[in-house]
Amino acid sequence: MRQTREFANPPVVLGYATIAGPKEGEGPLAAYFDKVINNLYYYEDTWEKAEQKMFLEVAEMALQKASVKKEEVDFFLAGDLLNQIISANFAAKSLGIPFFGLYNACATFYEGLILGAMLIAGGFAKKVLVGVSSHYATVERQYRNPTEQGVQKTPTSQWTVTGAAAVVLGDGEGKIKIPRVTVGKALDYDMFDPSDMGGAMVPAAFDTLLVHFKETGLVYDYYDLMLTGDLARFGQQILVKLLQENNINFGQRLNDCGIMIYRPEQQVNAGGSGTACSALVTAGYVFNELSQGKIHKFLGIGTGALLSQVTTQQGMAIPVIAHAVAFESY
Amino acid sequence: MAIDKNEYQKTVEKIKPRPPVLKNCVLAFLMGGFVCFLGEVLFHFLRGYGLSEKDSYTVVSVVFILISAVLTGTGIYDDLVRIFGAGLIVPITGFANSMVSPALEHKQEGLVLGVGAKLFTVAGPVVIYGILSSLIVAIILRGLGKL
Repeated sequence: MRQTREFANPPVVLGYATIAGPKEGEGPLAAYFDKVINNLYYYEDTWEKAEQKMFLEVAEMALQKASVKKEEVDFFLAGDLLNQIISANFAAKSLGIPFFGLYNACATFYEGLILGAMLIAGGFAKKVLVGVSSHYATVERQYRNPTEQGVQKTPTSQWTVTGAAAVVLGDGEGKIKIPRVTVGKALDYDMFDPSDMGGAMVPAAFDTLLVHFKETGLVYDYYDLMLTGDLARFGQQILVKLLQENNINFGQRLNDCGIMIYRPEQQVNAGGSGTACSALVTAGYVFNELSQGKIHKFLGIGTGALLSQVTTQQGMAIPVIAHAVAFESY
Repeated sequence: MAIDKNEYQKTVEKIKPRPPVLKNCVLAFLMGGFVCFLGEVLFHFLRGYGLSEKDSYTVVSVVFILISAVLTGTGIYDDLVRIFGAGLIVPITGFANSMVSPALEHKQEGLVLGVGAKLFTVAGPVVIYGILSSLIVAIILRGLGKL
């Protein structure tokens, strides 16, 4: 198996926590988040500080819910969308846990889960903390325009999710297990439009999804639920069409976090995006459903558009990636 | 099962929604016209007040810049642009918005390297190419002996 790894002793989820922003707190999944902040500043004087505060708080919350002390955690794997992944770095500085900084854009959460699971399954760690964040205003000013500048966005554009999520993984006993993961390859399908990241990321999601089933030999209706990261409304339609052309029909079992996190009338165009998008839906909604036994077999496919403003302005296509992690509960 | 790049682009083009160009044009036309109408009303009011024609034009611009700045600062302007698009980007109010929004955004990085350095990030290119095109037009007119 080139991209997939199956774990003989599957790592388990010991605890998880989510903090969502104001707009996400008005969305359909609001009830699944541990905390909703009511202002993008979160009682700080800059948005960057607000994001760092969410990050640190959600990490501490996850440790508390897992009844694990900071000193017991072997490694902290974290990332976010800002240049030099500063939100993760500042949280790491405050936590004082041996730290790996990660970047896979909106797929960073799934990248962290894969590496965390591998560290534990390989015997290099007993407990690992994985954390990510994204913030509408910090991302908007870094990648696009000042937040108060008037612009008319295209229907394919997506709204960056404000929020942070953290998961404590460990060996031993736990309700939610990670039996297998599939590491994605960075691809480029000559997609140039930074306001259509969903469309750009579909080939990566498609590739990782098919590789996962091919390498594991699982039947297509094995999982109860499969969620892609943030392809949003039109990206999801393209993915379904590609799958149909290959005679695969997942029906209702395949959905997308970018569609689920907002209501259509929330003025988000195609849907949500950002590292926190798949992280909030997975660590909020999915883990809750798994631990309550409403679903038993879940596959998450975190998707990321690995672009920067510089590469876009220099006329380069958008490289994309997708990582898959299976979660099962019995 | 690799997907062909050209085939994929075709699939995307089929599903990708087009921006509602006609609706955007109509709304921009109505709002742009309304802004001009307000300007005209204010202009005649100022003229009736005894201001010269030149001064009245200046005051109209100043008032519109002020309104736009206040609406930007209170977070209303970008919501209006989302609906009315070019109708609010093209008039002088859009120019004011493009100066005020980076100023607000970057005040956290200080007055020199934040506000000072970033103030013209949006308006800068407009100013540069505005001046450049007026220079080119002036040279052409001069060549034709009309200036």
